[in-house]
Amino acid sequence: MHVGLEHYLVVSGLLFSLGLLGVIMRRNLLVIYMCLEMMLNAANLALVGMARQNGNLDGQIVVFFIATVAAAEVAVGLALIVALYRKKQTAHVEDLSSLKL
Amino acid sequence: MLQNIHQLAWLVLLIPLASALVITLFTGKNHQTSARISIAAALLSFLGTVILFFALKSSGEHPLGQPSWRWLTVGDLELNIGLHLDFLSLAMALIVTGVGSVIHIFSSSYMEGDRAYSRFFACLSLFIFSMLGIVFSDNFVMMFIFWELVGISSYLLIGFWYEKPSAADACKKAFLTNRIGDFGFMLGILMVWSAFGSVYFDKIGPQIEGYTLTNGSGGLFTVIGLLIFCGAMGKSAQFPLHVWLPDAMEGPTPVSALIHAATMVAAGVYMLCRVFFIIERSGALPYIAWIGGATALMAALIAVQQNDIKRILAYSTLSQLGYMVMAVGLGGPTVAMFHLTTHAFFKALLFLGAGSVIHGMHHEQDIWKMGGLKKKMPVTFWTFLVGTLALCGVPFLSGFYSKDGILALAYEKHNWPLFALAIGVALLTTFYMTRLFLVVFLGREKSHEAGHAHESPAAMLWPLRILAVLSVIGGYIGIEQLYGSVFGSEISQLGFVAQVFEPFKQPVAAGASIGVVLIGFFLARMIYSNADSDPLPAKLGFLSKAMQNRFYFDELYENYLIPCTQGVASSVAAFVDRWVLSGFGIRFVSGSTEILGRALRLTQSGSLQTYALLLTVGVLVILYWVLAY
Repeated sequence: MHVGLEHYLVVSGLLFSLGLLGVIMRRNLLVIYMCLEMMLNAANLALVGMARQNGNLDGQIVVFFIATVAAAEVAVGLALIVALYRKKQTAHVEDLSSLKL
Repeated sequence: MLQNIHQLAWLVLLIPLASALVITLFTGKNHQTSARISIAAALLSFLGTVILFFALKSSGEHPLGQPSWRWLTVGDLELNIGLHLDFLSLAMALIVTGVGSVIHIFSSSYMEGDRAYSRFFACLSLFIFSMLGIVFSDNFVMMFIFWELVGISSYLLIGFWYEKPSAADACKKAFLTNRIGDFGFMLGILMVWSAFGSVYFDKIGPQIEGYTLTNGSGGLFTVIGLLIFCGAMGKSAQFPLHVWLPDAMEGPTPVSALIHAATMVAAGVYMLCRVFFIIERSGALPYIAWIGGATALMAALIAVQQNDIKRILAYSTLSQLGYMVMAVGLGGPTVAMFHLTTHAFFKALLFLGAGSVIHGMHHEQDIWKMGGLKKKMPVTFWTFLVGTLALCGVPFLSGFYSKDGILALAYEKHNWPLFALAIGVALLTTFYMTRLFLVVFLGREKSHEAGHAHESPAAMLWPLRILAVLSVIGGYIGIEQLYGSVFGSEISQLGFVAQVFEPFKQPVAAGASIGVVLIGFFLARMIYSNADSDPLPAKLGFLSKAMQNRFYFDELYENYLIPCTQGVASSVAAFVDRWVLSGFGIRFVSGSTEILGRALRLTQSGSLQTYALLLTVGVLVILYWVLAY
């Protein structure tokens, strides 16, 4: 079976959708966070696939940027979650509704 | 310099206004100064009008240049405050300022000691200003503005002694009754504007030159004519809007003189003559003539059985106004204006004379408490006699010429019913005026006050003398020729002697006129020459009671018309209030906002994931929207 661009894009789309669903439906902050990462990587996959299709390196370079930014973001995000957990003794989104008036 | 003389008209118009403002704002505390300012303003206005009048006469151009000032522009409509200076407006302005000045001087003595002396003169000046505005206006809108100003001035002056409930009621009644007529006038103005696209007298005139009643536009002209006449009906107190005028007697007597002679009621007739070129093309003329005739007859009948000296004069004014309106309706604006002028002289004289009597009698107005005033008030007696004779139409006094003009007009038009009616009214006029005169000035003193009556001071007697002279000579100093030149009727310029005997060219009218004067005089003499109380009620029975009660018009309005209209008005108001304002305006708007608010509040859950979901849905919708097309 030949693996073409469409396969990559379908997998990327599935991953993105799963990630989005997770972000919307899961309750635990850490899981939501992992789902977010999954969405980023779905985008990465699509970019790599397109770069290969177009025969240049533009997409791959963007992937490197995304990976770097994601690493920094994970560091900050996790630190925030830990800090939040220390303050509220919970990591469930239902309990974190202090933005509501 | 001389070609700009017409700009002087601004001064004539604005001086009384300035006087009203200065008195109100600065000199209210100082009574003497206020009176002097007001009198000076009236005299200056009079002087200016005289200058303008002679400038017009010598310049030969007609009308004199028209000063005007752009007031506002709405779409195609340009509204000017413009002054129309022709013989009609200047002659009328002469009456307003001339008779007005005399009344000002009279008031300065008559109102002495009143608490609100300054306010009185401020109102008088405002009244003169408003009336001059009507007289000079060159378009309908400006006329309407000043028309309303006259309404408010009369309201202020009739209600001058507002602490008296009767005066407060009378001024409200005058204002509201006038508003009914003014509403018709306003509709008429709007119709004129929509039909001719202009509100300027000068521009409408040439536009409707070719129209006659029969060539298709008759209906439109008739409606316009009737609506405009509505306005005159209110101001000139024609049946059925006549009820306010007798009640207006609650104001101080000089105000009555002003309202009845120079201003206010004259405005209606003047306006009809000013727009006569529209009315003469309409089918409204017979209605106007008959309403005038009906008013004249009804008022004369009522006057026969009134006992208040001012009310008798008030009904006599109504009756004479009926004559003028009838003359307009018969197609004779010249004689209408002529009668208006002479009437202004002798009616102002009669009212000021009555004021002098009331002053001498310590504010007693019942004629059956007077009597024998001839010896105690000689000047008032003689001048009042002149006024009475002029009003009755005794030959060679002014009233004879103008009244005879109207009778001759009815005769020439072969309108026999109106001719007979006018003759009858002349008879009644002589009868009630002779009655008034005999009871007040001759016979026995009928009360303690009459025995102690005293002649009024000189400031009140000189106005009487001046007006008496005018009442005598008013008929043959060329007033009719002056108006005739405005309306283009063929009245030849006559020598003095020819003018004096001019009425006798129409011997039937003149003869009838003199005949009824004699009959009325002898009838009244027979009944009243030595009466201590009125013998007529016993003889006439219920008729006299009906006359005394003004034919129950006030009761009719009070008990049937007003409850009816108020019922309709209140149910309409209740409907609007309940369903339109409260239902739609308040509950619907507030309710829909609240429902929308409640729905939107559900989205503000505070839950991050709901926001994420809404964001996603939003992005999907936009993506679909962008990509699907």
